[in-house]
Amino acid sequence: MAAVKETVETVKTIDVDQYKYGFVTEIETELAPKGLSEDIVRFISAKKGEPQWLLDWRLEAFRRWQTMTEPTWSRVHYPAIDFQDLHYYAAPKRTPGPKSLDEVDPELLRTYEKLGIPLREQEILAGVEISKVAVDAVFDSVSVVTTFKAELAKVGVIFCAISEAVREHPDLVRKYLGTVVPTSDNFYATLNSAVFSDGSFVYIPPGVKCPMELSTYFRINEQKTGQFERTLIIADKGAYVSYLEGCTAPKRDENQLHAAVVELVALDDAEIKYSTVQNWYPGDSEGKGGIYNFVTKRGDCRGARSKISWTQVETGSAITWKYPSCILRGEGSSGEFYSIAISNGHQQVDSGTKMIHLGKNTTSKILAKGIAAGRSDNTYRGQVSAHRKATGARNFTNCDSLLIGDKCGAHTIPYIEAKNASAVFEHEATTSKIAEDQLFYCMQRGLDEEEAVALIVNGFVKDVLQQLPMEFAVEAQKLIAISLEGSVG
Amino acid sequence: MNATILPIRTPAETALAERFATERARLPGAAAVRAAAFARFEKTGLPSRRVESWHYTDLRSLMRELAPAAGEAAVPAALPEFEGLGHRLVLVNGRAGAGPLPAGVTVEPLATALAAGRVALGAAMGAAEDTIVDLNTALAREGLAIRIARGAEAALHLAFVTVAETAVSVASRIVVEVEPGAALTLVETHTGPDGLACQQNIVVELALGAGARVEHVRVNESGDAALALSTLAATLAAGSALASLNVSTGGAVSRHQVFVTYAGEGATLSLRGATMIKGRQHCDNTLVVDHAVPHGESRELFRTVIDDEAQGVFQGKIIVRPDAQKTDGQMASNALLLGDEAGMANKPELEIFADDVVCAHGATCGALDENQLFYLMARGLPKPEAEALLVEAFVAEALDQVRHEGIRAALTAKIGAFMRGRAR
Amino acid sequence: MLKINNLHVEIDGKKILNGLTLHVKPGEVAAIMGPNGSGKSTLSYVVAGKEDYTVTDGEILLDGVNILEMEPNERAAAGLFLAFQYPLEIPGVATMTFLKAAMNAQRKSRGEGELSPGDFMKAVREAAKALGIDPDMLKRPLNVGFSGGEKKRMEILQMALLRPKMAILDETDSGLDIDALRIVAEGVNAQRDPRHGFLVITHYQRLLDHIVPDTVHVMAKGRIVKSGGPEIALELEKHGYAEYVGEAA
Repeated sequence: MAAVKETVETVKTIDVDQYKYGFVTEIETELAPKGLSEDIVRFISAKKGEPQWLLDWRLEAFRRWQTMTEPTWSRVHYPAIDFQDLHYYAAPKRTPGPKSLDEVDPELLRTYEKLGIPLREQEILAGVEISKVAVDAVFDSVSVVTTFKAELAKVGVIFCAISEAVREHPDLVRKYLGTVVPTSDNFYATLNSAVFSDGSFVYIPPGVKCPMELSTYFRINEQKTGQFERTLIIADKGAYVSYLEGCTAPKRDENQLHAAVVELVALDDAEIKYSTVQNWYPGDSEGKGGIYNFVTKRGDCRGARSKISWTQVETGSAITWKYPSCILRGEGSSGEFYSIAISNGHQQVDSGTKMIHLGKNTTSKILAKGIAAGRSDNTYRGQVSAHRKATGARNFTNCDSLLIGDKCGAHTIPYIEAKNASAVFEHEATTSKIAEDQLFYCMQRGLDEEEAVALIVNGFVKDVLQQLPMEFAVEAQKLIAISLEGSVG
Repeated sequence: MNATILPIRTPAETALAERFATERARLPGAAAVRAAAFARFEKTGLPSRRVESWHYTDLRSLMRELAPAAGEAAVPAALPEFEGLGHRLVLVNGRAGAGPLPAGVTVEPLATALAAGRVALGAAMGAAEDTIVDLNTALAREGLAIRIARGAEAALHLAFVTVAETAVSVASRIVVEVEPGAALTLVETHTGPDGLACQQNIVVELALGAGARVEHVRVNESGDAALALSTLAATLAAGSALASLNVSTGGAVSRHQVFVTYAGEGATLSLRGATMIKGRQHCDNTLVVDHAVPHGESRELFRTVIDDEAQGVFQGKIIVRPDAQKTDGQMASNALLLGDEAGMANKPELEIFADDVVCAHGATCGALDENQLFYLMARGLPKPEAEALLVEAFVAEALDQVRHEGIRAALTAKIGAFMRGRAR
Repeated sequence: MLKINNLHVEIDGKKILNGLTLHVKPGEVAAIMGPNGSGKSTLSYVVAGKEDYTVTDGEILLDGVNILEMEPNERAAAGLFLAFQYPLEIPGVATMTFLKAAMNAQRKSRGEGELSPGDFMKAVREAAKALGIDPDMLKRPLNVGFSGGEKKRMEILQMALLRPKMAILDETDSGLDIDALRIVAEGVNAQRDPRHGFLVITHYQRLLDHIVPDTVHVMAKGRIVKSGGPEIALELEKHGYAEYVGEAA
C-alpha cells in the first residue's frame, strides 16, 4: 500500500521526541462558541438538520449528563476538565457537505496525504496489487469525505457519515442508535450522546461479506475542541465486515478531549472485526499536552453464533480510558479482544475489555499485552462475567506486561465473575522485564539497544499484531518502535 | 461516589458511633490512635459495593444492625483439638482465659500491654488501610499481647469461641511479636453457635523479627448464621518466613483479610486458602501483599469449592514498590463450582512499579473436569466417589505445606466431612 | 464375550459409526486397524460409556448383557477396561490412592470385601516390578508429569491389577519407543489366557509384531470393512489404507 510505504518513510525521518502527526492544518473552521448548554446541543442538531426525535434524544442525554459526575475509579490522574472551556462543534467551513473529492478543500486533502490516508480512490486504483480500503475521514467534528461509496452500494453496503445516515437511512439509525451504549451508560458516553457531531455509519445487509476493508480516520485539528464522534456498525444476519480506525491529532500544549462512542451490532451468524490503531498525540516528554482519550466502545452479539472481535494498538494519548467490550447475548456467540497498549513518557493508560456472557455456550478470548516505559502507568482492567443463564460459557484470558525502566508502572486488574457452574474461565497474567540475556544476544548480533528492545517487544506482541489486517500490522509495528524510542538507558 | 454526598447512616453505623462514644473513655491504650481510626470509619461508613476492595462483599447491606456486645461466659466443654498441639488458650467471646504456656512465650491481656505502652495497635498494617481494621482498632478492648522470645520455638492454639443465647458481637485483637530467630506455630480456631447472627471482627497482628519463622493456620468454623470478619496483618523483617493458611467452612458471611508488608529484604511468604462452602454461604478471601523492599518472595494458592448457591470471592493484590527489585510473586486462585447456582468472583491484581521482577497470577473457575471424572468412573469408581476424590485432591493441594501432622490430619478430615455432607 | 451389533453413533449431529458389528470371544485377541478419522477412538469411548456420544441404533453386549444403559463405573465393575490413548492427569491424587480406590470400588460392586493393605501393597509392587515401574512413581499424583511411555505403562499396570474380562487398548503404542513398546506388549501377553478377551486398536502394524492377534479387522468410515487373520495387518503395512477408504466411501 502506497500510503503505508509513505508512512514508513516519514517515520524514519523523525526524532525521538517528535510526534509524527503533530502538524496543524491552516484551514477555515466554523466553531461553535465555547461551553455546553442546551442551546449548544440545539445548535449542533440544527447544524446537522436533524429530525426532532434525535434532538430530543440528545437533550435527554444532556439533562442526564448534568446530574452525573466524572468517574474516578480508574488508575489515571489529571486536573479537572473544565467542560465549559471547550468547543463542542468545529467543522471545516464548507457547507453543504462535499459531493466529491474535487469539492474538498485541497488543504484538507494534503493533511490526509501527510497522514498517509488513501483518500484518493484513483491513487489506490492506480496500484496493481494493493488492496482496496474504503475510507471515511472525520476532521474535527465532521465527516469530510467517504470513498468507494458507489462500489459498496452495489452490494448493498451502506458506509457513510452518521449525519448522512440520519438523513438517508433514518429507520436504521433510529432502530439501533443507543441500543448498545445507552445514553445513560456513563459520564462520557452520555456527554457524547448529547453533543456527538459526526462519525461513521455502516450497515451490511444479510448474507453480504463486505468486499473491502472499511476504514475511518479521525483527526482532531482545532484548538480547544472536544471530539465526540459516534460510530454505529450493524452486520445483519450472516454478514461480515472488517473495519479499521486510525486516530491522530496535532501537537498542542493544552490537553484535548476525545470522547467517542462506538456501537456494534451483530445479528445471527454475523461477524464484525474492528481494528484500531490509536495514535493521538501523547504529550511531550515533560508530560505537557496530549489527548484525553475517554472512549466507550461496545459490541452486542445479539444474534446466535455472531462474533465480534476487537483488536487495538494503543500508542497515543496522554490518558487512555477505554474498554472495548462484548455483550455475548446470542446463543453460541463469541467475542475476542486483542490489545497492545504501549505507554511511554508520562502517558497513562487504563484499558481493557469486558466480556459479558449472557447466552448459552458463548465463548470469549482476551489477549492483552501492555508495555510500560519512561514514567508512564499502564493498567489492564478487564471484566469477564457469566450470568446465571450462560451455561457452557468459556473464557480464556492472557495478559502480559513488560516493564522497560524502573520509573514506570504496570498493573493488572481482572474481575472474573462466574454465576454459572458450567462456565469455565481461565485467566493468566505475568509481569516481567525484557530479559537481559535476550537483549545481550541481540546486541551481540549487532543490534543497538533500542533496536534490540523494539525487536523483542515486537516478538512480545506478535500474537496480537497477527490479528490486524496486513496494512495495519506493518504500520503498527513501526509505531511500536517509535513509541519506545528514548525508553532505554 | 462523590465525597460531598454523605450517605444516610444505617442503624449499624449509628450503633457503632454510639458504642464508641460510650466506651472511648474506658478503652485502654492511646486514645488518639483509637479516635483517628474511628474518624476514618465515620468518614466512609461501612463499606458498600461502591468501595473497590469491598465490591463483592457489600458489608453495608450485609450488616444493617449491630448486635449487642458479647458478655462473659463459661468455657464450653467441646472445643477443637489438634493431636500433638499442646498449648491452648481459649478466648470466650473475645476474653482470654489463662493456661499453661510453652517456654519462651509470654502472654498478657491486651489492656495491660496497651496501658503499659508495650504494644501499639495497627503497627503491623504497614501502608494498608481498612475499615473493619479501623473499627477493631477503635473498639477492641479484649485480646492478648503475645511475645515469643528470641530463638524460642513454640506452638500455640488460640481457640476463639462465641458463647451466646442471642446474637452478639465480638471485637477482639491479638498482637503477636515474634522476636528474631524465634519460631511459632500458631493455630486459630473459630467456633460458635449455629442459628445466631453473631458478628465477629477479629484482628491478629503479627510482627516477625529478622529470621523468625511462623506457621499460621486459621480454621473458620463459625456458626452457620454468623458474620465472621477477620484480619491478619503481618510485617516481615529481613530473612523471616511466614506461611499462613485459612481454612474456611463456617459462617453465613465470612471475610478473611490478609495484609502483609515486607519490611526487610529476603523475606518469604506463603499464603494459602482452602474454602468449602454450601447452601447460601458467602466467603471472601482478600489479600494485599506489599513488597516494599527488594528480594521478597511471595506465593499464594487459594482453592475454593462452592456447592449449592454459595458464593466465593477471592481478591489478591500484589504490590511491588519502586525499590522492590528482584521481587518474585506468584498467585493462583482456583475455584470449583459444584452447585448449578454457585458463583465465584476472582480478582487477582498486580500493581507493579519496579522492572526487575517476576510476577504472575492465574485464576480459574469451572466445574469438575468431565474427562477426569470419566477416567475415574471407567476404572470403576461410582460418580459420588469419583467426585469426592477429585474435590479432595483439589483442596488438599492447599494443605500440603502444613508441617504439623496433627493439624494436617485434622484439616484433611474436614475436607472429607464436607464431601460426605454433600452425598445426600 | 464382547458383542457389538449394528452400532450407530453420532456426536453433535455428526455420524461417526455407521452400523459397526464386531464380536470378540473369550481368549481372543482381536485387532482393529484403520486410518485416522475412521472412528476407532469413538468406538472405544462408546464401549466404555463416555457421555458425549449418542448411540442412535445397535447394541453392545458384554457376556450377553446390554451395557449401553450402564454408567462407566458399572461397566468397569462388569469387567470392561479401557486403556486410554491419552491417560488423564489427575493432580493431587496419589497414584497409590487412586489404584486402591479403583480396586476396592470394583470389589465392592461385585460384593467382595476390601483388600487388606498388605495384599494391596504386595499386588501393586509385583505388578509394578513386572512392568519396570519405579516404586517412587506410585507416590506421585496420577500421571502428572509422567512421560508418554510412563503413562502407557501405568495403564497396563492398572489392567494387570483390575484383571478385566475384556480389555480395550486404544492406540497404546502411540508415543512409545521400541523398548517401552516391548514392555507394554509383554504386560499384555502375560495376561492372555482362555478366559480373557482383548481388543487392540492401532494405526500401525508394529504393535501387532509384539501382540500377535488372532483376528484383524479393518475399520473405515465408521464400520468394519474387512476381517481376517494376522496376514491382513501385513498387507496393510504394504499397501496402506487407500483401498479401504475408497471402498467405504
